[in-house]
Amino acid sequence: MEIFFQQVVNGLSLGGIYALIALGYTMVYGIIELINFAHGDVYTLGTFFSLAILSAIGVSGEVHGPALIGIVALAVLSAMLLCGVTGVLIERLAYRRLRNAPRLAPLITAIGMSFILENVMQLWRGPSPVPFPQVIPNPSASFGGVVVSAKQVLVVGLAVVMMAALQVFIYNTKLGKAMRATAQDRDAAQLMGININTTIALTFLIGSALAGAAGFVSGVYYGTTWFFNGFEAGLKAFTAAVLGGIGNVAGAMLGGFLIGLVEAVATQYIPGGAQWSNVVVFSVLVLVLIFRPSGLLGESLPEKV
Amino acid sequence: MALLEVEGVDVAYGRIRALSRISLRVEQGEIVTLIGANGAGKTTTLRAISGLIRPLRGAIRFDGSDLLRLTPDQVVRRGIGHSPEGRRVFARMTVRENLELGAFTRDRASEVASDLKGVLTIFPRLGERLVQKAGTLSGGEQQMLAIGRALMSRPRLLMLDEPSLGLSPLLVQTIFEVIKRISASGTTVLLVEQNAHQALAIAQRGYVLEVGKIVHEDSAANLLASDAVRAAYLGGAA
Ligand SMILES: Nc1ncnc2c1ncn2[C@@H]1O[C@H](COP(=O)(O)OP(=O)(O)O)[C@@H](O)[C@H]1O
Ligand SMILES: [Mg+2]
Repeated sequence: MEIFFQQVVNGLSLGGIYALIALGYTMVYGIIELINFAHGDVYTLGTFFSLAILSAIGVSGEVHGPALIGIVALAVLSAMLLCGVTGVLIERLAYRRLRNAPRLAPLITAIGMSFILENVMQLWRGPSPVPFPQVIPNPSASFGGVVVSAKQVLVVGLAVVMMAALQVFIYNTKLGKAMRATAQDRDAAQLMGININTTIALTFLIGSALAGAAGFVSGVYYGTTWFFNGFEAGLKAFTAAVLGGIGNVAGAMLGGFLIGLVEAVATQYIPGGAQWSNVVVFSVLVLVLIFRPSGLLGESLPEKV
Repeated sequence: MALLEVEGVDVAYGRIRALSRISLRVEQGEIVTLIGANGAGKTTTLRAISGLIRPLRGAIRFDGSDLLRLTPDQVVRRGIGHSPEGRRVFARMTVRENLELGAFTRDRASEVASDLKGVLTIFPRLGERLVQKAGTLSGGEQQMLAIGRALMSRPRLLMLDEPSLGLSPLLVQTIFEVIKRISASGTTVLLVEQNAHQALAIAQRGYVLEVGKIVHEDSAANLLASDAVRAAYLGGAA
């Protein structure tokens, strides 16, 4: 039983990362009906950006005391800002002019954008895994044999805080309401005086910033990254978004945590472990979609953004 | 100078020409109606004025300034409210949220609150359903919401696209009463209708659109009396 609960703890940590990435997929899909294939790579960029910030301020190992909070905050916020700006630029340069083109055009552009980002990262940091400094000291608490590390607390805590903030933003602010309105009916939103270019840019800003936060967290959690990291993580996060109901923000959060849990538990209990976890994850997706084609929280018309 | 001037506007959807050389004007304080059969180009005309579709040529001026260079949200800020065809309420948002979005361009919370009261006085039904999702409203209530939402921007010109479509005769009556009331309170109205009789009964002037061209333009009284218009739009020969 301890082993099971240990995997639940591990799964929630993985899930926090998937959930943060899944939000960007689902928000962008909700507002422009595009599967933004480049999103997973923006997440990897988040890891590299925070790595660059940490190197720039000379952090290469554990940090203690109040300085830790400052350094984590700095790394998270700068990764969020830089990824957010990257997302806005991608939308502005690549997707905006294709907004009224046939669906396939932006989709292929998104795949191309993904290749471009991957190649840029490969040029920047090389083709091999790059170590990420272990800034978080590693005390851990044991609850009846289930070990919870400080890193895991950080991952889950950060994910939960960001998601709560996102919910408040979307449901309680004027701009959040403008985003939901634009997702539901773009023309009607314009007739309310909403500038949809700004609103769509804002969606990319927020989605990409969340991927940036996930990037930092994943660096800390795994202690390494490489230019191609976003491919698999992105695929799983996208799966999470579809599982929860693509376009549905709460669904992306739920889907992210579920995928993390399934992966952790499968890794533990299936002989051969890790190699099979992807198979299990995608099987879960297929099963759910057979019974609920619009995802767990999706309505027949998904509640977008 | 008219409040709204549309001059020689052409609009096409791809290779399909929807409007040819449309010209019309709406004076401050008027109710002007644009009538015509399905597919004549009425909705396209309103969409062009709102900036949702770009004309190939022609000019659209509001209060003397050129609208063609503006985005739809800027057109709203200039003072044009548009209740679109098919109502287009935000189905998964509450009635209150829909009305608040109508006031998106406005900053003064106290004015918005008093306008909300005003809209709820015009449409008491909406007041009873403020926390309900707009998608759960009846067709008539959605139409009230669409009009109320457009009023929340405090428009100088209110454009209504077939507000009576699909409503019961009683509700149609209510909607036309409301339009008169909105007009009496000083808002200029451009009313698109297939319900030509009723529209001409409350309008001062009217335009008749046929396959993308304006074929008649006159005072509402003359249009109501005209044989050609009666034959085509008022259900029966003179
Ligand atoms: N989105 C569109 N794509 C292609 N053609 C359209 C579109 N919208 C309208 N049309 C065409 O433009 C013409 C005018 O349509 P519309 O303005 O909707 O007329 P009305 O509002 O008078 O019924 C019609 O021939 C219609 O088929
Ligand atoms: Mg129409």
